[in-house]
Amino acid sequence: MSLTVDGTARSLRVDTRTTLLDALREQLGITSPKKGCDHGQCGSCTVLLDGRRHLTCLALAVAYDGVDVVTADGLAGNDLHPVQQAFIKHDGLQCGYCTPGQVCSAVGVLREAEQGMPSHVTEDLTPQDTEAGEGVELTDEEIRERMSGNLCRCGAYVGILDAVREAAGQGEPEREAAGR
Amino acid sequence: MREFDYVLATSPAHAVETVAGNPDARFLGGGTNLVDHLKLGVTSPDTLVDVSRLPFDEIEECSDGAGLRIGTNVPNSDLAAHPVIRSRFPAVARALLAGASGQIRNQATTGGNLLQRTRCVYFQDVTTPCNKRELGSGCSALEGYGRYNAILGASSDCVATHPSDLAVALAALDAAVVVQDGRGRRRVPIEELHRLPGDRPDLDTTLEHGDLIVAIELPYSQIATRSTYRKVRDRASFAFALVSVAAAIEMDGDRVGDVRIAWGGVAHKPWRAHRAEAELIGRPLTEEAVRAAVDVELADARTGEESAYKIPMLRNTTAVTLTRLAQEAR
Repeated sequence: MSLTVDGTARSLRVDTRTTLLDALREQLGITSPKKGCDHGQCGSCTVLLDGRRHLTCLALAVAYDGVDVVTADGLAGNDLHPVQQAFIKHDGLQCGYCTPGQVCSAVGVLREAEQGMPSHVTEDLTPQDTEAGEGVELTDEEIRERMSGNLCRCGAYVGILDAVREAAGQGEPEREAAGR
Repeated sequence: MREFDYVLATSPAHAVETVAGNPDARFLGGGTNLVDHLKLGVTSPDTLVDVSRLPFDEIEECSDGAGLRIGTNVPNSDLAAHPVIRSRFPAVARALLAGASGQIRNQATTGGNLLQRTRCVYFQDVTTPCNKRELGSGCSALEGYGRYNAILGASSDCVATHPSDLAVALAALDAAVVVQDGRGRRRVPIEELHRLPGDRPDLDTTLEHGDLIVAIELPYSQIATRSTYRKVRDRASFAFALVSVAAAIEMDGDRVGDVRIAWGGVAHKPWRAHRAEAELIGRPLTEEAVRAAVDVELADARTGEESAYKIPMLRNTTAVTLTRLAQEAR
């Protein structure tokens, strides 16, 4: 099977039982996505698959042949991604274990809000005019709900919230749209 | 994890034929529940037939224009964000958004959502007896941790609840699934899709092995536009329901013109509260009236010490949900 990981084409042979997380980490040596709970509950294995955030621990690698994978590592070009910069600035990490998943998830959250996708706490379900640049406003409540699939055992949530809020105000950089 | 063959389905007929011809084969969709079960040893098929690339990823009008047809592979997040779902079936959007996390909603599919299995702790713990996992081994939940147990329609063999939020909203709105088998396609009303445990708790649905859900059909109706979904859980997000309520209402002045109520977290299937609905139609809508109607529906409820809280929680949640909807409908 083949994958594009952080902009590089990779081919590999996998046992059908291999999860995408294990293929990335154990076979391709890409250790940015972390194995936390390994059951879809903690979010530390989150990456972007074809631009959307997914859990790699609940994905069988063989079912994702040909997919474009962007990990937290691949978000950075010459400079760190604005979400990564904001995490550092606001001390949104302590041990750092959950951070790659948090960062990928936050990038997904920004996109989903820009596309006008509602969340559990979105009061008005009336669709926005996203072509006119309208998206969901990322209030603290929206950020908390949308990031709820990512757990942090250090409890760095306050810093993470600040980081995502700041990144939401900055928009997305061009290099990310190009897949880097 | 047992070794298994992976087959990428090339057509719906290929998928159905491959699974129907092998009792040890299973369909693979988004995999968010199945892959976890493979790891836990809850299930160990010898073949997985991946249906996730079959062309069932559209949300479109039904051919008769009477409703919306949702392909089985549409991700939960896309379905919840769809403009017609948001405007004409808000209970469906709310139910989807109340379920799981952003990542899982991107991965999980509508068909798979309906076929996800119970989160009863004993079902997922292979070191304990469970009739749903291994028929005849016993039910650990009967005498064990009972907080999540069913209170309606359970049997002495199983007290597990069905976990899907989407299914509860669909039950309130009279949805149906389109099922393909070796002979063709048929419609199954959502209320007839899931079953009560009886003495076969290992069977979650009325589908035959190899039956493939290809779409959900949601009929347009005035009442569906006046619908919502409310979920009560142990934390604000990313948890299964203790109880949940899907409701829709049409008012005729101060009286109830029509009403739909379905509950999650209380039974082996989404529980459509037909008796409670009948109690309310034609009557003025007050919280007291809803509580009384809920009690009629719950006349046969059986609770244990740890699950007794579900009765007042259901009563209150249903009353608040319906009276708020009715205020908006006036």
